[in-house]
Formats: sequence, structure tokens, C-alpha cells
Amino acid sequence: MKKTYKIDVDCANCANLMEEAAKRTGGVKDCTVSFMTLKMKVEFEDGADAAEVMPRVRDNCRKVEADCEIYL
Amino acid sequence: MNRKQKLLLTRIVAAAVFFVPLYLISEGLLPVYAPPAVLFALFLIPYLLAGYDVLRKAFLGIRNRRVFDENFLMTVATAGAIVLGEYAEGAAVMVLYQVGELFQSYAVGRSRRNITALMDIRPDYANLEADGTLTRTEPDEIPVGSTIVVQPGEKVPLDGVVVEGYSSLNASALTGESALRDIGPGDEILSGCVNMNGVLKVRTTKEFDESTASKILDLVENAVARKAKSETFIARFARWYTPCVCYAALALAIVPPLFLTLTGSGSAWATWIFRACAFLVISCPCALVISIPLSFFAGIGGASHRGILVKGANYLETLAAVRVVAFDKTGTMTKGSFNVTGVHYPSMDEGALLEYAAHAECASSHPISRSLRAAYGKTPDRNRVTEIRERGGEGVTATVDGVEVAVGNEKLMERLGVDFRPCHHPGTILHMGVGGEYAGHIVVSDELKEHAAGAVSALRRAGVEKIVMLTGDAEAVAARTASELGIADYRAGLLPAEKVDCAEELLKACKPGEKFAFVGDGINDAPVLSRADVGIAMGALGSDAAIEAADVVLMDDDPLKIATAIRIARKCLRIVRENIVFSLSVKAACLLLVAVGAGNMWLAIAADVGVMVLAVLNAMRCLMVEKL
Repeated sequence: MKKTYKIDVDCANCANLMEEAAKRTGGVKDCTVSFMTLKMKVEFEDGADAAEVMPRVRDNCRKVEADCEIYL
Repeated sequence: MNRKQKLLLTRIVAAAVFFVPLYLISEGLLPVYAPPAVLFALFLIPYLLAGYDVLRKAFLGIRNRRVFDENFLMTVATAGAIVLGEYAEGAAVMVLYQVGELFQSYAVGRSRRNITALMDIRPDYANLEADGTLTRTEPDEIPVGSTIVVQPGEKVPLDGVVVEGYSSLNASALTGESALRDIGPGDEILSGCVNMNGVLKVRTTKEFDESTASKILDLVENAVARKAKSETFIARFARWYTPCVCYAALALAIVPPLFLTLTGSGSAWATWIFRACAFLVISCPCALVISIPLSFFAGIGGASHRGILVKGANYLETLAAVRVVAFDKTGTMTKGSFNVTGVHYPSMDEGALLEYAAHAECASSHPISRSLRAAYGKTPDRNRVTEIRERGGEGVTATVDGVEVAVGNEKLMERLGVDFRPCHHPGTILHMGVGGEYAGHIVVSDELKEHAAGAVSALRRAGVEKIVMLTGDAEAVAARTASELGIADYRAGLLPAEKVDCAEELLKACKPGEKFAFVGDGINDAPVLSRADVGIAMGALGSDAAIEAADVVLMDDDPLKIATAIRIARKCLRIVRENIVFSLSVKAACLLLVAVGAGNMWLAIAADVGVMVLAVLNAMRCLMVEKL
């Protein structure tokens, strides 16, 4: 399952870091963050619940970039 | 500017207002004396005003065990400078760093808006007609089969069929060409076009998400998610670069002064630590990290403005390396419709011969019969024709104005005992027998597109070394088309599966680093399109299958756009390389200058912000593709 989320982040490198952080989150199979369109595309692992995974993705992203936002 | 940017601007201006008089005092340019402790306290005001969020983020980074981000670097560098008594430089670097951040955020926001404005085909509303009244409705709430009304000047919100009204449509947002197209009842209409003059009543045939406009928008937005190799390279590079520079700075702060102290040549700790701080300022990889994706994004945006949809930054990269192009003939280089291209040995006036032919074939709906009627130019009068007989696989005989007319191939002539003259021209040959006598023959063939030959030479000029035509047509037809196009290499009589084999063969023949592109109309070329390094579909407007199968989609069917697409990709990649080389070499030079003591913190921050500004401006050139 794939979902796209709108995000807000200030710098391009931070977007790369968010991508890394999201990929490391449990339940996330793959993730791409586009700084240009401010969108995060998340592919979840089979059986993972997006509503449960995404808050953890957001927490992990906040750890690498305190000011980022993911609109769930 | 958004709220965040305005706040940052206010902070920068306020910090600068504090900073300037303080700087003048500290340099002794104003007749005011302030003891160092007071100066220190005063310089903290602009420093904190400009940089409190940097300090906060640096602190949060350390707490989350993520050192080595730019906030941390700036904090260490500026704090180091202040501790060493260089209050002015510490504060100035922080203010300038924030100026750079503000510019970056503003420039990116601007370009984001610019690029999305180019692709502005998203309809905002639809006029839904129900019970004789019009209501403005969100396009995604309209079910298939509804009736909507499109006023002049409005964007067509959903795909459908015109039920009522005549108008002309501007599809420039979709195709990049501003030619108007006339439309009337029964015609298909695509979302994203602009209705120019008449009111149209449209019955929708697709939901919003399935409509052309949404599909194209979706495609372009997702294109950025497919990252180019250079993008991932830079992301990986940034992960290594920053820590490396940090350790180098640490070494610079410790090793030389330690060495000097040990060898007894006097300690110079302050100098070296200060140099290390300047080192840190240059270590931020922002210029690269921001300008590379921006270049690709702008390239994709610019291309889509010309009616060329590139499905990913990676394809832009492949497209730039294309040296071998193969293309399909019918529908790609030719119009895919038949036309009378010659009348040979007519025993009567050409027009009269065509008149007989058109009348004899008046009952048939075959493309060739249609081409005869088109050449005749008038609607045949069926009352003049009697005894029409289709001779399967041979042609037609009929009586026109009381004269026996036979139109067909050599077999028909032989069977009717008409002495015909064979023809060596490629295409379909229609021999004519009128009143039992041979009356000449008509050549019907597919016509080349207007720009077909130009497209081939444009490809050559764009540096494509090998151009091959693959076609299912017969040898003679293929040879003729190839010579008209000016290409030597063609493969004729190919079945669809054999086309894939040809593609494989061409792929194998590519030298390393060279890429192979296939251009087709997407209808029966899907396997070849997906087999090539980059598949280009032509005339794809409204054809979902083509949009699905190809990597690059040309919205109109002008073959000149193939070379344009390659040139846009080349320009984009050139700019990406320029930015990589420029940013890295300026940074390397500054690192060197600072390490040997020839540069100071001012140079460092100027290099950091300056390189970023120039790289962003350079990246925006990718949008300028009008003349390519």
C-alpha cells in the first residue's frame, strides 16, 4: 500500500534526512521525500496500518529535523 | 513570502540594525569607547536575535544524537569565534547565514510556484447542470454521465463528449502548442483544455481522477519522486562530506598548534582554532543539496510546458545520454492516414479518373476508399452508381454513369482481361479499368508528417549517432520512407515480437554510457517502449495506454519534439554538472585558503551563501526551454 502525505520542511538536506528516518521506521517498506513538491510518498509493509505507522514516522523525522511537519 | 520567511526577515533586519553601530564601535570608527565585556554583551543581542533557532536546533540535534548537521556546525563556528574574542565576526556570520537561509527558502518557494504555474491545468470547479440550473461543483464530486457546461474562458474540468454547442479549444497547457482546435457536438473533449469562444454542453465520460488533467498532473508530480542518479549521489555525498569536514576542522584546531608547541616555536592555539571555525562554516553542503533537485524539478517543469512529460528525473538523465534512437514508422513519422500520392498513365483527365474511382468506391468505408473520396474533393453522388460489386481481395467493380469501372489490384485487371502497366512506386496501387480499357493507376500511400525529415536532422544535430526505423510495412514502402527521411538504417516487415528483438539487438550494440531510445505511438509498441532505456510515446494526448507504457510522453504528435526533449535533458544535466563542479571547487578552494590562513570567516560565509545563491539561480535556467 502506498500513500502520499503533504509535508513542510525548510531545507533540502533535511528532506533527505527525513527520507532516511522514515525508511528506518518499522512498518515502512520504502519512502521518497520530494523537497520540491513537499510530498512524502510512503510504501507500507504488508499488513501495516498506516494510521499506526505514520505517527512513529513523524516522531522519527522530528528527531532528525525538529521543525518538520507531516500532515497526516 | 510566507509567515516564517517574514519572521526571519524581521529578525535579520533587527539584528543588522543592532550589529552595524556595534561593529563601527568595535572597530574604533565611532568616538565611543566600550570595554570588551560590554561589547561582548551587546554583540550577543544581534547574535541571538538572528540565530536563536539555530542554537535551539543544534541543541535538539545533540540531544537526539545527531551532531554534524548545519545548525550544529554554525553554532560551533560562531560560538568559537565569540569565545576567541571575535564578537563581530561571530555575530556577522550568524546574520549572514540566516540571510542565506532566507534567500534559499524564498528562491525555492518562488520556483516551486513558477513551476507549478507552468503546469496549471488543474480545474477549480465545474458547472454541473441539473434540472435546468447550473451549480458550481468540485470536479471530483461529479459522477460519470453528468452534464456540465463549460463557458468561454473556462478550463474544461472533466473528459467527456460535447452534446451541444460549437467552440474552439486551446490545448496549449497540454501540448505546448497554441493552435486552436474546433469542436462541436459528438466530439471528444479533454480536461485541461481552455474553451475559447462558445458555450459547450458536455456529457462527462470519466471521473475527475481518471480525467486527462488529473492524470498528467499526477504524472508530473510523481516524476520528482523518481530520483536521478546524481540526486542520490549528492544525498550520499552530503552524508559523508559534513562529518569529514568536521573531523578535518578538529584536526586543524589541534594538530598544527600542538606540533608548534611541541617543537617550541610558540603556541598559536587561538589562530588555529579560529581557522577551524571558519572551516566549519564552509562545511555546509546546502548549495549542492538544494540546487540539484531544483534543477531536475525545473527541467521537468520546463519540458512539460513544451508538451513533453518526463516521468522521472532519472529519465531526464537517461534522455541526455541517448545516442541511438529507433522509431516506429506508421503514426510516428507518418500521419497514419492514407492519401492519394500519384495518378500515373491516366487515359483521361486526372480529376475525371479520380471521380470514377471515388464513385466506384463510394459504398466502402475502407481507409483507401476514404482517401480516394478525399482526393476527389466532393461527395460522390450515389445515384450515378449502380451494380457495385466488392471483389474480395481484388477490388471493386461498378457502373458509373453507365460506364463500367473497375478499381483494384493486378489480379482484378488480369481476371477482367485489362492490359495494365505495373507500377514500381511504393504504396497501394489501384489499377483502373474504365469501359473495359486500361485507364491508368492511382498510388495511395501514407504521408510523412510535416516535420518528419526535419525531426531526423534535428536528432542528428542533437548528437544522436544512430537512427533506425522499425516497421511492419513492406520493404519497398520502408525503403522509400527511409530515403525521404534521410536515414540509411531501417528494418522492414517486422512483426511486433521481432521489433522487441531488434530493440534488444540495438541495446546490445550501445557502447557503455550510451542510451537507446525508442519512439512509438504507444498503441502496439508497448513491449518495445518498456524494453528501451527510455521509451518515448508520441501523440499521447488522450491515450491512457501510451501514457502508461512510456517513460517520456510527447503530448502532441510532432516528431520534432524528440530532439527537443533530448536537448532539454542535456541542458538540465549540463546545469546539474555545472553546479556540482562549481560548488565543490569553490568550497575546496576556500577550505584550502582558510587552512593556510589566507582566508577568514568573512570569506567562509561569503563562499557558503554566495555559492548557494549562484547555484540556485543557475538551476532556475532549466526552466528556460522555449528556444530549445
